[in-house]
Amino acid sequence: MTSKAETLEKIAEAYRSQSAKIQRRVVVCAGTGCIANGSLKVRDAIMKLAADKGLNIVVEINDSIPESAGVQSVYMSRSGCQGFCQQGPLVTIEPDGILYCKVKVEDAEDIVNETLINHKVIDRLLYLDIESQKRFKGQTEIPFYTRQQRTTLDQCGFIDPHDINEYIAEGGYAQARRAYLEMTPKEVCDLVLASGLRGKGGGGFPTGRKWLAAMAEKGPKKYVICNADEGDPGAFMDRSLMEGDPHRVIEGMMIAARGIGADEGYMYVRAEYPLAVERVRKAVADATAAGILGNSIFGTEHSFNIHIMEGAGAFVCGEETALMASIEGNRGMPKPKPPFPAQKGLYGCPTIINNVETLGTVPIVLREGAEGFRKVGTELSPGTKTFALSGNVENTGLIEVPFGTTLRHIVFDIGGGVTDDDNMPTKKMFKSVQIGGPSGACLTEKDLDLPLDFDNLKKIGAMVGSGGLVVMNDQTCMVQIARFFMQFTQNESCGKCVLCREGTKQMLLLMDKIIAGEGTMETIETLEALAGAIQKGSLCALGKTAPNPVLSVLKHFREEMVEHVVNKNCKTHKCKALSPYHIDPTKCRKCGMCAKKCPVQAIRGDRQTAYVIEEEKCIRCGTCKLNCKFGAVEGA
Amino acid sequence: MQENMDTAARVNAIIERVGRKPEMLVPVLQAAQEEFKYLPEDVMTLIAEGLGVSAAKVYGVATFYAHFTLEPKGKHVIRCCDGTACHVKGSMAIMDAIRNHLNLAEGQKTTKDGMFSMEIVSCLGACGLAPVMVLDEKVHGQSNDKVALDAIKECIASEEK
Repeated sequence: MTSKAETLEKIAEAYRSQSAKIQRRVVVCAGTGCIANGSLKVRDAIMKLAADKGLNIVVEINDSIPESAGVQSVYMSRSGCQGFCQQGPLVTIEPDGILYCKVKVEDAEDIVNETLINHKVIDRLLYLDIESQKRFKGQTEIPFYTRQQRTTLDQCGFIDPHDINEYIAEGGYAQARRAYLEMTPKEVCDLVLASGLRGKGGGGFPTGRKWLAAMAEKGPKKYVICNADEGDPGAFMDRSLMEGDPHRVIEGMMIAARGIGADEGYMYVRAEYPLAVERVRKAVADATAAGILGNSIFGTEHSFNIHIMEGAGAFVCGEETALMASIEGNRGMPKPKPPFPAQKGLYGCPTIINNVETLGTVPIVLREGAEGFRKVGTELSPGTKTFALSGNVENTGLIEVPFGTTLRHIVFDIGGGVTDDDNMPTKKMFKSVQIGGPSGACLTEKDLDLPLDFDNLKKIGAMVGSGGLVVMNDQTCMVQIARFFMQFTQNESCGKCVLCREGTKQMLLLMDKIIAGEGTMETIETLEALAGAIQKGSLCALGKTAPNPVLSVLKHFREEMVEHVVNKNCKTHKCKALSPYHIDPTKCRKCGMCAKKCPVQAIRGDRQTAYVIEEEKCIRCGTCKLNCKFGAVEGA
Repeated sequence: MQENMDTAARVNAIIERVGRKPEMLVPVLQAAQEEFKYLPEDVMTLIAEGLGVSAAKVYGVATFYAHFTLEPKGKHVIRCCDGTACHVKGSMAIMDAIRNHLNLAEGQKTTKDGMFSMEIVSCLGACGLAPVMVLDEKVHGQSNDKVALDAIKECIASEEK
């Protein structure tokens, strides 16, 4: 073996011997969510106070750490998303195994005095389970974590994404080296195929099949593209992985490059993710500087270079042919397939495009082997999947579970159950979960026990998509949700196919008509007819799946839709035109203020009986509601 | 004339830095927008000449992507997230409150005094903190109309100082 191949061990050894000198590690979550909540200020405060108290603060593990760092040393580390976004800013203290939640700058003093100096746990900063009123100490105890199985995310939220040496010390890049030094390209592709790994960005296409197709093509020029254009609203798994463990994704790209014989790669990252862009840029630069990326990889004759390209705000660029058009400097419009990218992709060369999570899982596939990888998950969907859990649920955040986990486990056991519109936990209010973003569908109560995997979801007309799960309570108007997605796809339609461009627009207008109270049963029929036409007449997945949200609402919440068009009533009062003002007689104190203020004299009643609004006269100005001191006026 | 010279030199510097190749069009436009805050017609023409592509192609690409703006933006930019999670958690009320407060009509992006621009973005990926509003670079998570308006008022107050 050449010296270049041995550098990994040297780096890992150096890192371990240096970090062994440190007694404590304080990991402040520096994911987008926690930073927004002020985690970096918390870190500064802890650092300053700890230094004032005479603790030895280390901000980087390198060879300048003195041997005498001693018992009072604290490594102030930053991590990517630790997942529990709702409870941020998060501060983990190791080796104590403590996770402090919702930490404020004011808490820094206690953390330094109590925990770092006196080794005591501060009870009030521990996670509080609202229902049981119990507090939990750390990740090994908090139900949100213990009920997950974090595999692709195992390092995310713990290791420092800025530090390539720590990644290497944890065994990083060893699988890439194995692929280059000990395996043939065919062996790499065969292993990935045998593992059953499927594309986690949406469709679930077998990754190994894609790779083998590209491997079989003639070179010399081939490309590997990492699709990090995570555009589905409600999804942030890829962002978290790039922010928290960027080297894992790069290692996955290297293994892919070895598999198909590519020497150049692109990461196409959404511009809405500035932090992810910054961290992958640094990671690529560090890996290149360490001689891991670049020419003669691990002493072989192979080279692999990665370019980072920022998207410019077009959802359709998540579609692979559109993404390639965008890299080539064109409008991001999809092309018909075949030819598939594996045959004729970027600049006409064989190209594979995998999403961030898929590539981030590849090093694990190599580490575990096909058999080992298949131990988790289901027969046809092996492994785990990350989901972004958000909406009306108590524990929002980033989670990872094996394929085959039920929605009930995710929403109620990990998510802690549904919340009402004021973010308070509630027992019975579950209405729906939206999965798969604008291409996906709404799942209902009866789907709660369905094992989630690619094929089960497909059977019921939904899809895993990229993995956004938005929980909705019974105060959510499903008609509004359908309209919301229709507006999204209408906005994002690239305009190439007439049926997608014009059809989505017409569907949106029809949804608006329903919400304005002008819909009829015919409107619903037209919607269904249009949906069928758009599905048939569109080239890419955006158009083919654009009608899904509306269709799924029509399928699962048809009554609610019919209630809107026939009875002109929105039970959740979210559609203004369909939720007339009315007075709750039990709350009305008969003061008459509403009648006095009503500009059109639409409210009648007297001091003896509750007041009533005459719907025909009401102009829906809301004055009565504004003036009622008892909250008796409802609607709009 | 002097100003024109300046613009040409600045565009040229950007192209030199990013790469003088037709396929670098998107990154060049991104860098130009960073520099000029928007993409004026003369800048797009200069980019077309510099990269050896047609002006129509530059215009086509610039109008395709949502991030490019052909009109100047306000001094402060408010970005309201209207992703699914934010939508479910009441982003509409926040947007209505901001529009009301800044006197923005439906579809109008920038205030008359050029102080604020409001943009609706489809997802910022901070769904765990929904609803989210970003004022300039500062992210306001678990926001509501009061949080949003307070942030804007604070911004106005610091302008008036």
